[in-house]
Amino acid sequence: MFAPFILALRAAGVPASIMEYLALLRAMKEGVAGFSVDDFYHLSRAALVKDERHLDRFDRVFGEIFKGLESPQGEAPRELPEEWLRKLAEKVLTPEEMAQLKALGDFDTLMETLRKRLEEQKGRHQGGSKWIGTAGTSPFGAHGYNPEGVRIGQDKSRHRRAVKVWDQRQFRDLDEDEALSSRNMKVALRRLRRFARTGATTELDLPGTIGATARNGGSLDLHMVPERHNAVKVLLLMDIGGSMDDHIRICQELFTAARSEFKHLEFWYFHNCLYERVWRTNRRRRETERPTFEMLRTYGPDWRVVIVGDATMSPYEIIQPGGSVEHWNEEAGQVWMSRLTRHFRKAAWLNPVPQDHWRYTQSIGIVQRLMENRMYPLTLAGLETMARELAR
Amino acid sequence: MAQFKGTESYVASRELEVAVNAAVALQRPLLVKGEPGTGKTVLAQEIAKALGYPLIEWHIKSTTKAQQGLYEYDAVSRLRDGQLGDPRVHDIANYIVRGKLWDAFEHETPVVLLIDEIDKADIEFPNDLLLELDRMQFFVYETRKTVQARHRPVVIITSNNEKELPDAFLRRCFFHYIRFPDRETMEMIVRAHYPDIRRDLLREALNVFFEIREVDGLKKKPATSELLDWLKLLTIEDMPPEALRSSDAKTAIPPLYGALLKNEQDVHLFERLAFLARRRGG
Repeated sequence: MFAPFILALRAAGVPASIMEYLALLRAMKEGVAGFSVDDFYHLSRAALVKDERHLDRFDRVFGEIFKGLESPQGEAPRELPEEWLRKLAEKVLTPEEMAQLKALGDFDTLMETLRKRLEEQKGRHQGGSKWIGTAGTSPFGAHGYNPEGVRIGQDKSRHRRAVKVWDQRQFRDLDEDEALSSRNMKVALRRLRRFARTGATTELDLPGTIGATARNGGSLDLHMVPERHNAVKVLLLMDIGGSMDDHIRICQELFTAARSEFKHLEFWYFHNCLYERVWRTNRRRRETERPTFEMLRTYGPDWRVVIVGDATMSPYEIIQPGGSVEHWNEEAGQVWMSRLTRHFRKAAWLNPVPQDHWRYTQSIGIVQRLMENRMYPLTLAGLETMARELAR
Repeated sequence: MAQFKGTESYVASRELEVAVNAAVALQRPLLVKGEPGTGKTVLAQEIAKALGYPLIEWHIKSTTKAQQGLYEYDAVSRLRDGQLGDPRVHDIANYIVRGKLWDAFEHETPVVLLIDEIDKADIEFPNDLLLELDRMQFFVYETRKTVQARHRPVVIITSNNEKELPDAFLRRCFFHYIRFPDRETMEMIVRAHYPDIRRDLLREALNVFFEIREVDGLKKKPATSELLDWLKLLTIEDMPPEALRSSDAKTAIPPLYGALLKNEQDVHLFERLAFLARRRGG
């Protein structure tokens, strides 16, 4: 009877299988859940979701499928853009009040006053629908938003009812397609470690040999095991300065994380696009600058190259000699890029710009092509695909 | 069947109760994840207490092998005994050392088995336990015997997310993610641990605590266990509540911060914030 629910979950990317579905049905039969929707929500979540990154998707699907099952209490809370609320405030409050609030300054006070006013309005105007400008001047009328549903300054403890819990989507920041936070970053790095474990040589398995020898009645039986060490070598190239300033924090985290993860890690900086020089320390750029050719010579083709950059620049910076914004480059950026991809067998580009914005920037497309489509967004999912690609 | 409910010393949310009861009723392992310090390990102890079962704990380290949970064959002592001519050497069963899982399977009463921090072990570890946890039996190769669980134990598995767990393993578990408690729940938790803490002190301490958690860029946010430690320190030092009020996180570092901030970068961050706040204020 819950088949549509499972199918919707799978469609939303929650990997729930028949086995879990049967477990849920059995648990229902055993009467674990009692008969409330809240309990059913908790039970189905425990049975069907196995990863906190999927909890948000689960909440969304649950909200959709079982909408209206529990007597609905008004509209589900939804987020309104701040400007709308400000506009609403302008509508509801008198100009004097607005001026006063402006003097006070912050958004919270404004919202607090607005909430009080809306409550009063409700009483005065039978459901608070009248004061929306019938002439159509209100931004709300046009979009069909019921201002009653505007819930301001959410009181955390009031949302105990599970209907609210799933609509609140508390697990949003654990979803893997969201950008990385410091906590998520740690998890992502474990994925990198997996690919760092692949390099293998053999060494003597001492306990295994002793065990086998004893089992053999004393005649020597040698056993070998693969050595567990980080044989992988990683070359990290980071775009620095300019448009990358917006992403500085996430890059910093990636950098710290990579540092603790790989024994063989080398890093170099560049600006916007790779040209004939790279450098080690951004602050002492002049002293630590090295020719890119030297870098290509120093590190063998077996190094994994990870380039971090937003690839957002003028196309000339890539395709024209002399296109660089900070110096005269004899050869175009794309020449250097193809030298890099030709030299290193495994290379990937991590882009902190959200993937759905990529197609609006021409230069990202060019770099994407130069990297032979090995550009990944700097998200959990992106890091994972990159790691898999590089480990291959 | 006994039902799990929050106890006097452990505040459990309704969702946690449902998850635990489902796992107990269906005799499947319960996988618990959550921020460090939100009471994952304590949960197993409380379940054991609530159900009245003994608790068997198996703490996982990076070197732990799945086989060690079942049994180990002590080849070295057999080799030594063989060279010394000890008659015990003829029976291989003398050299089979039981693991925690075996203990749990052969216990006369049902038990709660805690497999703590399963993500610390090798990536293949959970896969090696699939069949054992599913059928609750395993085969001892050396003695050609099958060990079958008398009573299916209640298995609680905790993970800190250091590694991905294999899908096949996850399919067999129930899952619960312990969310960070909100203020109200937190107050209940503290009261469960320190029933006679001063009301005003607790209020101020929680203010400071949640303010600290909201500061952006902390490497390790303090969690429940840190709060409990800190409150204990505060009561031992007999800190007046006013001392906390004057030092909200924006203007100064809270007293005895060592219990809350575990990392010198976080302490530096606080010092910098405090400095900025003072300069703005003065």
